[in-house]
Amino acid sequence: MIGGFGDIYRTLFGLELAVMFQYRAAVIIWLLGLVLQPIVYMVVWLRVAESKGGRVGDFDAGTIAAYFLVMMLVNHATFTWHMFEMGWRVRSGFFNAILVQPLHPWHRDVLQNVAYKVLALGVMLPVALLLAWYFKPTLDPPLWAAVAFVPAVLLAFLTRFFLEWTLALLAFWITDTSGLNNLYMAFVLIFTGRLAPLSLLPQGLQSFAAWSPFQWMVAFPVELLLGRLTPAQTAHGFAMQALWILLGFGVMQLAWGRASKRYSAVGA
Amino acid sequence: MNILRLLAIFFRLGAMNDLQYRANFWIQLVRTAMDLGFALFAVYIVFAQTDHLNGWTSPELVVLMGVWTLMGGLLGVVVQPSMEKLIEDVRQGTLDFTLTKPEDAQLLVSVSQVRVWRLVDVLVGPLVMGAALAYMGKVAGLREVAAFVVALVAGSAILYSFWLMLSTVAFWFVRIENILMIFHSMYDAARWPVTIYPGWLQALLTFVVPVAFAVTVPAEALVGRLSPAWLVGTVVLAGVLLLVSRLFWNIGVRHYSGASA
Repeated sequence: MIGGFGDIYRTLFGLELAVMFQYRAAVIIWLLGLVLQPIVYMVVWLRVAESKGGRVGDFDAGTIAAYFLVMMLVNHATFTWHMFEMGWRVRSGFFNAILVQPLHPWHRDVLQNVAYKVLALGVMLPVALLLAWYFKPTLDPPLWAAVAFVPAVLLAFLTRFFLEWTLALLAFWITDTSGLNNLYMAFVLIFTGRLAPLSLLPQGLQSFAAWSPFQWMVAFPVELLLGRLTPAQTAHGFAMQALWILLGFGVMQLAWGRASKRYSAVGA
Repeated sequence: MNILRLLAIFFRLGAMNDLQYRANFWIQLVRTAMDLGFALFAVYIVFAQTDHLNGWTSPELVVLMGVWTLMGGLLGVVVQPSMEKLIEDVRQGTLDFTLTKPEDAQLLVSVSQVRVWRLVDVLVGPLVMGAALAYMGKVAGLREVAAFVVALVAGSAILYSFWLMLSTVAFWFVRIENILMIFHSMYDAARWPVTIYPGWLQALLTFVVPVAFAVTVPAEALVGRLSPAWLVGTVVLAGVLLLVSRLFWNIGVRHYSGASA
């Protein structure tokens, strides 16, 4: 069974990679937003620090630069776009082709996601290095934090993927999900720490972020690599990730069961 | 005059079309409120930490957010949907129908689609600007308002020319829907005064994707910190870009081979 899955994964990954490669230009154009937005907020906070003699909260220029550059990479690693695609799949009847495959559709979407990221990394990494050279971040994590960063990003990806894939399934009930998606994106921007490090938000919003999955989707790995977390805080973070992954997966399966029953194919 | 007459006709057509879908008005209202709410929240978070951002106070930044909303609406009502239609028409070959009409083709493709509900942004933007100015206790003088209007018109002309040139690329590379994403990413950066960015990014936002002229310059004019030289420069650039885009369009159209012919 495991071996069978390995084969399927390898084949499908190769396929998705080839498909992505056909859209090279689009891959790079999407990257523009992913790169530009962290730079915008980095610059805003650098200016704020400047106006206060070099520090804002417990960040200085070097750590602000490090925060937003690591944020850029972690956001790239964890973001998904399936909520923007699902509506189209449902309306156009494209879902028929997915439903006849003997595999839960989320597997294929994960592979598509990873294929895009692997391909885009070829541009993202040089850009990140260039920006690091320009903005001079101070990044000096303890060794254990740097090691823990890797599983933290992987778990963050799963946390975010299951949550967003479940939200994407709403397209089966609501015809136009673009308004909902916009609202969700605003939440993500605020509560994953992309607008500002979470410690700069009002107390009430910080507590909300800590209980929601948002903090663990992006901010947690970033702060871990910046060396801002104690081992106890890190353990708590992994626990929250595990909790939200289990919860997210469970709800996703439940929703998928109902959604696929509801689906009446167009064009059949 | 011809421009205005055609615009009025297409506007009436678009309005009649959109008025069938009244629920979309509420959807647009919610969307505008969300966009603006997020922008104001960002200003609030930033100014919880400091009292000025590179010389801009918080009400001044709210003025800028208002201009950002207004300009986004102005583009969204007619320029953006028309250009999206143009790209689609080039790809499908349906541009034939436009080219055979006895009016200037550039004019026709520029006003072909109207999204009336985006007028919400055009109305809400000035409200926000007015509220922020009132909060500052500042009555914008005749000079500031005049400079603002000139900058706004010139800024729209610059962005229109830019969209037209971007869309004209479709005559050579047929599949370019994605190219419009470039504009959206850049326009997002224009929520903040471009003067805060490092030199290379400022240059990018000023000369490559000229969103700086569309938002920062009119906002500066309204809060009275725009030098006359910049205003003149903006107007000159608008004139130059209108000419260049017209030229580029003429070359592009000659490359159009149609689908049926």
